[in-house]
Amino acid sequence: MPATRPLPELVCPAGSLPALKAAVDNGADTVYLGLKNDTNARNFAGLNFDDRTAREGIRYAHQHERKVLLAINTYAQGGDISRWHRAIDEGADLGVDAIILADIGLMEYARRRYPELRLHMSVQSSATNYEAINLAQELFDIRRAVLPRVLTLDQVKQVIDHTRVEIEVFGFGSLCVMVEGRCLLSSYATGESPNSHGVCSPAKFVRWEHGSQALGARLNGILIDEYQQGEPAGYPTLCKGRFEVEGDTYYALEEPTSLNVMAMLPQIIDIGVAAIKVEGRQRSPAYVAQVTRTLREALDAAGREPQRFSVKPGWTQALSKLAEGQQQTLGAYNRPWK
Amino acid sequence: MRIPELTLPASMASLLGRLPATPPCWALVTTLNQLKKRDILPADMSLLAGHSFEVHVQDAGLRLGFSADEENFKVASVGDTPDLRLSANLADFARMMLREEDPDTLFFNRKLIIEGDTELGLIVKNLLDSVDWSSTPLQRFMAV
Ligand code: SF4
Repeated sequence: MPATRPLPELVCPAGSLPALKAAVDNGADTVYLGLKNDTNARNFAGLNFDDRTAREGIRYAHQHERKVLLAINTYAQGGDISRWHRAIDEGADLGVDAIILADIGLMEYARRRYPELRLHMSVQSSATNYEAINLAQELFDIRRAVLPRVLTLDQVKQVIDHTRVEIEVFGFGSLCVMVEGRCLLSSYATGESPNSHGVCSPAKFVRWEHGSQALGARLNGILIDEYQQGEPAGYPTLCKGRFEVEGDTYYALEEPTSLNVMAMLPQIIDIGVAAIKVEGRQRSPAYVAQVTRTLREALDAAGREPQRFSVKPGWTQALSKLAEGQQQTLGAYNRPWK
Repeated sequence: MRIPELTLPASMASLLGRLPATPPCWALVTTLNQLKKRDILPADMSLLAGHSFEVHVQDAGLRLGFSADEENFKVASVGDTPDLRLSANLADFARMMLREEDPDTLFFNRKLIIEGDTELGLIVKNLLDSVDWSSTPLQRFMAV
């Protein structure tokens, strides 16, 4: 395996200024963040950046020679799309290194208004093939695309081999299985979804019921799961619930596991992935610090000696503690699908 | 600095539980107001105003009730059903505050119990996460 490939960028989440600093301090090459409104897919109360914290964060990252990406990755809604345009204007004004967009209307706006601004195609665009990515490059000069977490490693390689657009893949974090952006489960239960309102299974619809036996999680009245004493809990997202299907109660859609690609790092480097993304802008600075530190170490080790790379037990331990459901999976990357 | 795995003995809880909770509660509220005044706690009070909160330190048997208005936090008796109740052992609260441990991780592990208004819980969690301790003298105690 030739060791000539450059190491992929480590792209880490920041939901707050302390999280951004934690990412930078622990070895992220790039951080991504969102503004405090529904223009980004982690529109959670109290999370994200206003003008002051964004400026301070960008100053901090640039001072340490790291990059900052602004996620404007929801779809502009209905009659008034000025909020989304303003968010792009603000990103350009803040001097971020790139903007992550999902909506092609917004890509067009950004390209027309700010010809110099670097654009990334969000995972919410659901582009899983190189034709879609190349078209976005042709039309809007997209420089990077983030692939949905549904492709196998072979399929990722296929995409990379047929495009000049940089490819970013997810490396760690909660899984969203429905070809990001096309899932209707959250809309079905609550009327709000990641693409429209920037949030899956919004907290205002979540109720925790503390029974004497079990902890129940309800989303807008729908029972998503029940956790027995001592059993690890998860986010009450519909896709990760346990449901009764023909008399059996089980994870009918997806298990509450976290993606962790550590074991595949040498292959990921080898096929020419440009960046590895960590999920979790909704998580705390402590999470960001621990995940970033661990992946930095692993990535550097895989870059140094790809042939002799093996996952250190300490890394797995550090990450499994943080993982949703405390189980980790290689996700679709190592499925045998062709 | 790492916080050791430690639970206060039950005798402590029964002792502390019998003392009036007002002094620690007053200290908590005063600290919150001070942090807010100095812009260390970037609280958007409009999101918190009119709500009642309880911090339940399980192993110490302490229940600290307070409320918020548009300006400040206030000591308050919150009754049996505060709008938001956070319960954990003292060591886990300390880990969370010192950023040794992610609140979500503690929640997944059932060490942090959140009762009441889930969105309010998220607001409070995100508020605590957004405190930039590096701008304060407390920085050196922080894990990250
Ligand atoms: S319900 Fe699950 S699959 Fe659907 S958007 Fe939410 S996290 Fe993704």
